[in-house]
Amino acid sequence: MSDKVLMKGNEALAEAAIMAGCRHYFGYPITPQTEVAAYMSKRMPKIDGVFLQAESEIAAINMVIGVAATGKRVMTSSSSPGISLKSEGISYLAGCDLPALIVNVQRGGPGLGGIQPSQADYSQATRGAGHGDFHLLVFAPASVQEMVNLTFKAFDLAEKYRMPAMILSDGTMGQMMEPVSLEQGEINEHDKSWALTGTKCERKPNIVNSLCLQPEALEKLNIERYERYKMVEANEAMYEEYRMEDAEVCIVAFGVAARVSQNAIDKAREQGIKVGMIRPITLWPFPKKALLDAADKVKAFVSVELSMGQMIEDIELATRCKKPVLLCSRVGGMIHTTDDVLSKIKEANEIGGAN
Amino acid sequence: MSAKRITIFAGHYGSGKTNVAVNYALLLSKEGKKVSLSDLDIVNPYFRSKDSEKILDDAGIRFISSEYANSNVDMPALPADAYSVTADKERFAVVDVGGDDRGALALGRYVPDIVAENDYEMLFVINKFRPLTRDAKSAVEVMREIEEAAKMRFTAIVNNSNIGELTKAEDVLSSVSYANEVAQITGLPIKMTSVHFDLEKELSGKIKNLFPIKLYIRQTWKAE
Repeated sequence: MSDKVLMKGNEALAEAAIMAGCRHYFGYPITPQTEVAAYMSKRMPKIDGVFLQAESEIAAINMVIGVAATGKRVMTSSSSPGISLKSEGISYLAGCDLPALIVNVQRGGPGLGGIQPSQADYSQATRGAGHGDFHLLVFAPASVQEMVNLTFKAFDLAEKYRMPAMILSDGTMGQMMEPVSLEQGEINEHDKSWALTGTKCERKPNIVNSLCLQPEALEKLNIERYERYKMVEANEAMYEEYRMEDAEVCIVAFGVAARVSQNAIDKAREQGIKVGMIRPITLWPFPKKALLDAADKVKAFVSVELSMGQMIEDIELATRCKKPVLLCSRVGGMIHTTDDVLSKIKEANEIGGAN
Repeated sequence: MSAKRITIFAGHYGSGKTNVAVNYALLLSKEGKKVSLSDLDIVNPYFRSKDSEKILDDAGIRFISSEYANSNVDMPALPADAYSVTADKERFAVVDVGGDDRGALALGRYVPDIVAENDYEMLFVINKFRPLTRDAKSAVEVMREIEEAAKMRFTAIVNNSNIGELTKAEDVLSSVSYANEVAQITGLPIKMTSVHFDLEKELSGKIKNLFPIKLYIRQTWKAE
């Protein structure tokens, strides 16, 4: 008998968070991520955990800050408009150097937009969803199984680097059902001597705060934080290559767009077009080196995204514009068909011919 | 398959109610019956019976669904047409209810008429590969919650145990004792065990009341 179970992406993520030791969830319902909250509301009371539906997204993210300051694993989840509401709190998390997990199951925007899938919060997530100089670790799962695996990874790296992490999913990834193996992932012990756990009169009080009275001190903190970000960029970029061995056209896509692209690549290969894919698994840090290396081998890139051309800028920057980058875009809740991507592959194969 | 005039499919979120309901409606229609399928799902935003509208249309099945289904808004609205489930006694009505107790709330307003007519089946769809209903006891717990919300009792069980495209015959066979246990605790009969068409040959003769089904849910990310 199979050891796998059948789960929605949202549920798998929630279960993985519990398995990763998260016992505190604060959220507010919004489609298409509501299953995360619904699942937590059923599971948390049974394992002595906390599920709390806050009065708003803003309240929820501030509750996250509170638990994060104690060094415990904590999360919140929402969808696009709700993430915008949380962005102030996310900036505070970064300013306090607190680890926490924020999940964005993206839907169409801007504004209220719609409930169908989207990837249009790419720039918001990768540029730090809030004010001030900071980054989030951003993970982009492309299967229900990766919703599980990357949740473990996100908690781990958030603690390792003392920074908030985001799972940037989309409606399809959240709602789709796939077989998944709920394997216990790694839980590493990280230094938490900074956490507010009570001094018991045995040590000096810790202070978790994002307010800095002296500009000199605030500058120093910012610079130190960016030294840490450099380490993250050097060590933590994740990506997967698909049929890149002899590829002349390179697709760059994440999440559901990568799933469709994979089918289009197989179809194009049947027609003799040498095309492959570099699928970023972390969007920040972006797999810059892999793309720069590919730029010397391929004649063109195609950015397949459910947005109007956001990731394409990162591809151009990473490859220093060495090769043309075409945009293959669907928005508003629409998903590419295999043929949408296939025709763009053909276009790239032709115009890229100049090399 | 013997059918009551109204057949209601309810169960745990993601147990496969919608797909079984669509297949069941198609089966009744193939048997020459006049059929309607009503989507009363107020919970699930994606992957709804609306995905199968054309197939149902082509089969001459009257499809009743909220005008907001598969749209860009999440509106837990019910179509006025849904009253035809009890009003239009010329048709066999198949009813697709949303998951869990939250989904079953929508059924409440139709219950007095359904019970008064007394020609219905209310089927509890179970899948042992769903993590929150892996054992019979948890499945029965969900069942009681649904009955409380719907103000209606189940009359039979549909064993739809599957792990998507990975499902093998042995997985279905391994679910038989699970389904039997649910049946034993609740005193309800197992109306059918639904399995993908591909597994029909391998399982025929090994499981009673096998119901071969197709997957009608649109999966846009899969190869066409």
